[in-house]
Amino acid sequence: MSAGPREPFENPVIEWFDSRLPIFTMMQKEYGVFPTPKNFNYFWSFGGIAMTMLILMIVTGIFLAMNYTPQENMAFDSVEHIMRDVNYGWMLRYLHMNGASFFFIAVYTHIFRGMYYGSYKKPRELLWILGVIIFLLMMATAFMGYTLPWSQMGGWAATVITNLFSAIPFVGDSIVTLLLGGFAVGNPTLNRFFALHYLLPFVIVGIVFVHVWALHVTGSNNPLGIDVKGPQDTLAFSPYYTAKDMFGLAVFMLAYIAVTFFAPNMLAHPDHYIQYNALQTPAHIVPEWYFLPFYAMLRGITFGFNLYILAGIGIIGAALWPVYTKGKALKDPLLGMTIIPAVTDFGQYSKKFFTMLAIAGVVFMLGYFSQTMGLPLPFSKWVLLDSKLGGVIAMFGSIAILFVMPWLDSHPVRSARFRPQFKVAVLAMTASVAILGYIGAQTADAMLFGVIQWVYIGQILTGYYFAFFVIILPWLSVTEKASPMPNSINEAVLQENARKAGAR
Amino acid sequence: MSSYENTPPHDTEDGATRRDFLYLTAGGFAAIGAASFAWPFIDSMNPAADTLAMSTTEADLSKIEEGSAITVIWQGKPVFIRHRTADEIKAATDVDVSTLRDPETDGKRAQKPQWLVMIGICTHLGCIPLGQKKTEPKGEFGGWFCPCHGSEYDSAGRIRKGPAPKNLVVPKYTFLTDTTIRIG
Repeated sequence: MSAGPREPFENPVIEWFDSRLPIFTMMQKEYGVFPTPKNFNYFWSFGGIAMTMLILMIVTGIFLAMNYTPQENMAFDSVEHIMRDVNYGWMLRYLHMNGASFFFIAVYTHIFRGMYYGSYKKPRELLWILGVIIFLLMMATAFMGYTLPWSQMGGWAATVITNLFSAIPFVGDSIVTLLLGGFAVGNPTLNRFFALHYLLPFVIVGIVFVHVWALHVTGSNNPLGIDVKGPQDTLAFSPYYTAKDMFGLAVFMLAYIAVTFFAPNMLAHPDHYIQYNALQTPAHIVPEWYFLPFYAMLRGITFGFNLYILAGIGIIGAALWPVYTKGKALKDPLLGMTIIPAVTDFGQYSKKFFTMLAIAGVVFMLGYFSQTMGLPLPFSKWVLLDSKLGGVIAMFGSIAILFVMPWLDSHPVRSARFRPQFKVAVLAMTASVAILGYIGAQTADAMLFGVIQWVYIGQILTGYYFAFFVIILPWLSVTEKASPMPNSINEAVLQENARKAGAR
Repeated sequence: MSSYENTPPHDTEDGATRRDFLYLTAGGFAAIGAASFAWPFIDSMNPAADTLAMSTTEADLSKIEEGSAITVIWQGKPVFIRHRTADEIKAATDVDVSTLRDPETDGKRAQKPQWLVMIGICTHLGCIPLGQKKTEPKGEFGGWFCPCHGSEYDSAGRIRKGPAPKNLVVPKYTFLTDTTIRIG
């Protein structure tokens, strides 16, 4: 952001300004001539789309706040007042309400893009981590915004989510009281949620700024996942990608506007139009759709973690030790004894590795059945982590694990296009999350075809989600053989063009 | 000026200098100061005096028929008061306590067997279980059923099935007369 060498502008006013504060030079450098890989597909439009949605949410939110009252007896009515009396109030609210959903659609697509094409890998680890922080802040903001209309759904969502913290041993209940400002959700809760819901978006803007800054240091990844080698691999950001992003944005906005104006309550619930009643929980309480996969993981942990389950996890850890450490042995520091020998050839190690995983699976399932079906095993009642805390850890852990994803996957090839096994695994993980989202929307005891409870399928998919990050990514990092890759972005683009010309 | 300012900080034998000591003490005091200053902000989020003032509630039990229940509010939380039938008491006392997730005898949970008083908040994530009205589902164990995540409580409010870890909490309460209690 320093001045650096500066090309003078022809326009005297711009030149006067820019020689004192070089904003125009900076914009020209970062968004005008900025060299950008020339093989982007439309997945690369979603960062800009997400940023547009953020701005839209802030603008609609500020105008809504001018007519909203964060007080327990007036909040619900003030939202109805916005809907009926305020000029264009209905439009502002529906844009804001559906804007949250479309913001999450954009961000989930953006995250998927990052995973599939390996954008989290070196040298973009920090860029990725900043993105996960933005995601967490978005979730907190969305959750607090959900409670503001003071409806049955919103008020009870506040109860359920704040009570997640009561699972923390010893201090949990005090933390819940601190968060609520009382012994139950009430006026102090509403008041502070409004204050924070107004604050956090601006914090997000700050982190987005740093996120984009980091992006402009490393440069963008691309669908091939190979580095830019020279000017022949890139295009100027403007007009090439400003134009492409504008088109992507326009299509996305069309979908957003269509839902907002023609089906504004498609993603909402009837309980959202009933005023909050502290003595009556809605019969079927669900979070917004974008939280459903995590909600399903929370509900999926119906068992305590007893010694068997922990032993199973321990065996998995032992099997993975050489994988995590790229073959290094584990020595006991006291006895000087080797506990886990060094691994020189992961092809040879694979037999041992899968045997250990199988043993771990059996031990884990014994513990699982002793907890859920009452299988009588010695010491199986010794639970170190009860189901409630286990569920909360699974839910928060499913997001926290994203922070270390760049280190769990150390495979040198970025893009899934050249990693056939990773491609299957990452698509299966995406499908698991989608199905978990469906399960999260069902009642606690819902059945699939009347045969098996959905919760069991949810448990398997939750297991796969964590296995993907903790077992599959590190294992593929040391074993997967990548398919042949083009020498440069330019070469791949020219080949593609030649192929298309030939087909014509 | 003396040459004092130009002499390097006096080194002790283990390599520590006076400057290290000053860094540590200054940093330590800054940390204590920051924490002391942060505390009023954190504590302002805790329940205010008027919230804390609502600490007791009295309830009249004389109008509750056998087999029915009422809900009163104490500290903003619902309290279930149930006039239990002989069958319900028997079902609650017949259970082998050692098989329970949160072992507690029925005698410990009800001062007088026919009156069960407890906070009507599921110990899982704070929803209000169903089962107060005759038309509501009571779950497999004839007590309460939480609609949020499917926890089921028995006729003594003990957790029997589902994700909740603990029994429904019994608040502190005293019988003022045979038919009036004070909660809190």
